[in-house]
Amino acid sequence: MAAPSKRVEQLDRVVIRFAGDSGDGMQLTGDRFTSETAQLGNDISTLPNFPAEIRAPAGTLPGVSSFQVHFADYDILTPGDAPNVLVAMNPAALKANLSELPPGADIIVNTDEFTKRNLAKVGYPVSPLEDGSLDEFAVHPVALTSMTVGALADLGVGKKDAERAKNMFALGLLSWMYSRPFESTLRFLERKFVKRPDLVAANKAAFQAGWNYGETTEAFAVRYEVKPAKMPPGTYRNITGNQALSLGLVAAAVRSGLPLFLGAYPITPASDILHELSKHKRFGVTTMQAEDEIAAVGAALGAAYGGALGVTTTSGPGVALKSETISLAIALELPLVIVDVQRAGPSTGMPTKTEQADLNLALFGRHGEAPLAVIAPRSPSDCFHAAIEAARIALTYRTPVILLSDNYVANGSEPWLLPAVDELPDLTVTFAAEPNAPDGRFLPYLRDPETMARPWAVPGTPGLEHRIGGLEKADKTGDISYDPANHEFMVRTRAARIEAIPVPDVDVEDPSEAARVLVLGWGSTYGPIGAACRALRQRGLTIAQAHLRHLAPLPANLGEVLAGYDKVVVPEMNLGQLAAVIRARHLIDVVPFNQVSGLPFTAATLENMLEDVVKNG
Amino acid sequence: MADPVTVKLSSKDFKSDQEVRWCPGCGDYAILAAVQGFMPELGIPRENIVFVSGIGCSSRFPYYMNTYGMHSIHGRAPAIATGLSASRPDLSVWVVTGDGDALSIGGNHLIHALRRNVNLKILLFNNRIYGLTKGQYSPTSELGKITKSTPAGSADSPFNPLSLALGAEASFVARTIDSDRKHLQAVLRAAAAHEGSAFVEIYQNCNIFNDGAFDLVKDPSTRDEHLIRLEQDAPIVFGPDNRYSVVYPEGGFGLQVQEGGTPIVHDATVDDPAYAFALTRLSGSDLGTTPIGVFRSVQRPSYDEIVRKQVLDARAQATGTPGEMFTELLHAGDTWTIL
Ligand SMILES: Cc1ncc(C[n+]2csc(CCOP(=O)(O)OP(=O)(O)O)c2C)c(N)n1
Ligand code: SF4
Ligand SMILES: [Mg+2]
Repeated sequence: MAAPSKRVEQLDRVVIRFAGDSGDGMQLTGDRFTSETAQLGNDISTLPNFPAEIRAPAGTLPGVSSFQVHFADYDILTPGDAPNVLVAMNPAALKANLSELPPGADIIVNTDEFTKRNLAKVGYPVSPLEDGSLDEFAVHPVALTSMTVGALADLGVGKKDAERAKNMFALGLLSWMYSRPFESTLRFLERKFVKRPDLVAANKAAFQAGWNYGETTEAFAVRYEVKPAKMPPGTYRNITGNQALSLGLVAAAVRSGLPLFLGAYPITPASDILHELSKHKRFGVTTMQAEDEIAAVGAALGAAYGGALGVTTTSGPGVALKSETISLAIALELPLVIVDVQRAGPSTGMPTKTEQADLNLALFGRHGEAPLAVIAPRSPSDCFHAAIEAARIALTYRTPVILLSDNYVANGSEPWLLPAVDELPDLTVTFAAEPNAPDGRFLPYLRDPETMARPWAVPGTPGLEHRIGGLEKADKTGDISYDPANHEFMVRTRAARIEAIPVPDVDVEDPSEAARVLVLGWGSTYGPIGAACRALRQRGLTIAQAHLRHLAPLPANLGEVLAGYDKVVVPEMNLGQLAAVIRARHLIDVVPFNQVSGLPFTAATLENMLEDVVKNG
Repeated sequence: MADPVTVKLSSKDFKSDQEVRWCPGCGDYAILAAVQGFMPELGIPRENIVFVSGIGCSSRFPYYMNTYGMHSIHGRAPAIATGLSASRPDLSVWVVTGDGDALSIGGNHLIHALRRNVNLKILLFNNRIYGLTKGQYSPTSELGKITKSTPAGSADSPFNPLSLALGAEASFVARTIDSDRKHLQAVLRAAAAHEGSAFVEIYQNCNIFNDGAFDLVKDPSTRDEHLIRLEQDAPIVFGPDNRYSVVYPEGGFGLQVQEGGTPIVHDATVDDPAYAFALTRLSGSDLGTTPIGVFRSVQRPSYDEIVRKQVLDARAQATGTPGEMFTELLHAGDTWTIL
C-alpha cells in the first residue's frame, strides 16, 4: 500500500462510531480498528452497543448495532461522549446515531444503502443526503457496497460474499484515514477464514480497496495521525471486562492451586465468562452449564464443599434465583464467588444495557441476617484484579463474595498492562488435616482467631467426618442448636466476621488539596467521573474524587474521608442505592445524582452537574 | 466412584453422635438402620462417603450418619451433589430426599441429575405426604387426598416417581420398602455398584400424617396379592402359588397382569426404557400391583467421567507449569510492547 501523499494533520484524540445493521459486522470492524490502534500505542477505550435481538429485521432502527472507539495520545478514561466520526452503513444507522453527533462531525455514509425502500423503513420521506438536513456535518458519501463488489469482481466470490466484505472496505478506508498499521488485521483475516482461502482473499482485497480509495479519491483531502500515548512500559493487550474477569478467575485458580468449578446458566451479559472459562480446562477448570441458576450456584457450592474454588456467574435475574443458596453458603461458611454482570432491570428489563441497580440485591437481597462481601471493578481491565480479590476474600475468610460487574465494563475494552504471574497475590489455602480440639475431636465451627474463618475440612480427610447444614449451628461443634443465646451469638458473629475483613483504605484524588466537594462513586462509573473531574480541574475548579471497590465491608477510613468535605456527591446508575447506604451509615446527607437510562454517564453530564455543585453548593 | 479400599467397619461406625429425632415409629428409622447396616459392605472408608440432603423429615438423615454430610436446602440436594461429585470423583456421594423435596421444589434438579447420569445414589423416601411441614399433600399423594391443605381433596394427579425417572433417562431405577431390610439392602447394593445415577424410591411410612400408606404391599394379609418382586432373569410371577403373571398384552402396549399365562422374564439391562416404563405402570396410585426391585440398570458414561476426561485430556496436551501456561494465555492474541 502506497506511502501517504496527502496532507497529514495531528490530532490528540478521536472518537469513531461504526454503526450498521446487526448483520453488517460492525462489532468485528470496531474490534479490528481497536486492535490496529492498540498496536500503534494509543490509549483506547471502547464500547459496543448492540440490540438484544440476534437479528432484528434488516435495515430497521431496532436492528442497529454500533461500536465506539475512543483513542488518544494521552491516557483516557471513557469511550467518549460523542463521536467525531460516524460510519453509517445504512439509513437506520444514520438516523439512530445522528442526535449524538456534535456539529462538524464527519459522517461517512454507504450511499448504496440509501434506497427509497431503506429510507422508508426508517421514516425518511426524502434522503437526508439530499435535503440539506446534514449541512452542519462533514458528510462523505461513499458507494461502499458497489465499490467493494467492484473490487472483488475478478476474485470469483459470490455476490453475497462480496457484499458482505463491505465492512472490510470501510475498515480499510478508516485505517487509511487515521494512519493505522494494518498487518494485524490481515493476519486476523487469515486466521478467521482459515478454511476459506477465497474469503481471506476477498476480505483482504476489500480492505485494500478501502485503503486505496482513501489514498486516491479527492473526497478525502486529509489524513490524520494520533501519536502514541505515554503509557508505563510493558506488554499490553486490549481486553474487555468479561475477558479480564475470566482470566482473573483462572489466575485465582493458578495462584491458589485449587481446581476451579464454574456453575452457570446462560444470561446476557454474563454468558461470555462461561464461554471463556470453558476454553481453559487445562488449568483444572470445570464448567457446568446447569439447568438453571439455582443449580448453577448449588453445584458451585457443592464443589466448594469438596475443596474447589466454586464460582457462579450470572446477571441480576439469576442472582435473585441464587439468593437462597447464597444464604446457605453464608451459614455453611464456605468460599464462593458470585459474579453479577448487572444489566438494566427489573425483570428482563433491557438485557444489553447497563445499570448499577443490583447493589441493594447484593448487599441485602437475602433472607435472615445474611452478610457477605461485595466488591466492584472500576474498568474493563480492573475486572481481572477484582476477580482475584473476590477469590482472595472468599478463600481467606470462607465466605461468599459478590462481584458486581456491569454491562458497561463487561463489554467495554481498554489496553491492559499484562501482569507478571508471580507478582499476583498468593492465594494458597490450607485444608484442615487433623482434629482441632484439645480432646481430639474435630470442631467444624472453631474459628481461626485472626480471620474468624472456620476450618475447611473437605470430604476425604480421615478423622474429620462431620455434618454441616442450613440449620443453626452451635458455636464450635456445629451441632444443630435452637439455643437462643447461641443463635444471637452466631448471627452477630457472622456479621462481625464480614465487617472485620480488612480492606484497603479508600484513596482520595485531589491535586489541589483544597477541594470542598467530594464525588464518591463505585464500580463502572469510575471512568466518566474521573473524566469529568479532570475537565473541571482543567478549568480551574477544585474537586476531589474517591472510588469504592469494596462495598461490603466498606473501607475503615470512609467515614473520616467523607467528614472532610462540605458536600459529597454520589453519582450512580440507579436511584441512589449507595447514597442510601452512606446516609444510613455515616449520617451524611450526600447529594445523589442518578441516571437509569441503560446508558453509562457521559463525562459531560457529570461535568455539568459537578460544576453546579462546586459553584453553587 | 473410586476403587473401594477394603476397610473393615461395622454398622456402629456409621452412627453419628447425634440424637435421632424422628417421630417414634417413623419408617425413617428402619431405613437409617438398613443403610448403616449396609455401609460396611461397601468397603469404602467413611471419609470418602458423603450424604447430601435437602429439607424434610427424611433430609435429616445425614446428621445421623458418621460420614461427611450436608443438610442443604429444599429441593437442591441433587444440584449441590452434582458439583461435589463432578469435582471429586474419588467420593461416594449419596443424596437423601423426600417426595416433596425431590419431586416438587426440586423436580428440575432431579430430572437433570438423572439425564446427566451424575454418579449419585439418590434415595427418595416416599411417604406420599409432606412430613416436616405437618401433613400437606405431596406430588405423590393420590388424587382426592384429604389433608390440611386440601380439605375437599387434592385436585392434582400424582407423579409415579419411577416413570418420571425413566422419562428423565435414568440409567438405574429401583424401588424398595422401608420395612423389608433384606430387600432394601439388596437394592442399595445394586445401586452402589452402578456407575452413574442410581435412583431408588423407598416406600416410607409416615405414621403421623399418612399412616398405612403402603399397607397394601406391606401387610402380610394383603401383600402377596399386590406385591411383585422383580428378580433379574426370573419370570415375573406373584400372588399365592404364583398365580399371576406379568405378560405382554395381545395387540396393546406395555405390560399387564393376568392369571396364568406365560410370564415374561425380567431383564433390567434391556436398553429400551419402554420395558422398565411398562413395569412402572403396573402400579397405579392405588398400588394395586406394585413391583419392587431393580427395574432398569443400563450402562452409559457418567457426567463425572466425561467432564473429568475433558479436563484430564486438556491437561495432558498442555506443557509447562500452570504459571507458565497462564503467562502464555495472558500474552495470547494481539499484544504490543511499550519500552
Ligand atoms: C424454600 C422452602 N420452602 C418450603 C420449605 C418448607 N418445607 C420443608 S420440608 C417441606 C416438605 C417436605 O416434604 P418431603 O420432601 O416429602 O419430606 P418429608 O418431610 O415427608 O420427609 C417443606 C414444604 C422450606 N424448608 N424451604
Ligand atoms: S412426621 Fe412422619 S415422616 Fe416426619 S418424622 Fe414423623 S413420622 Fe416420620
Ligand atoms: Mg414426604
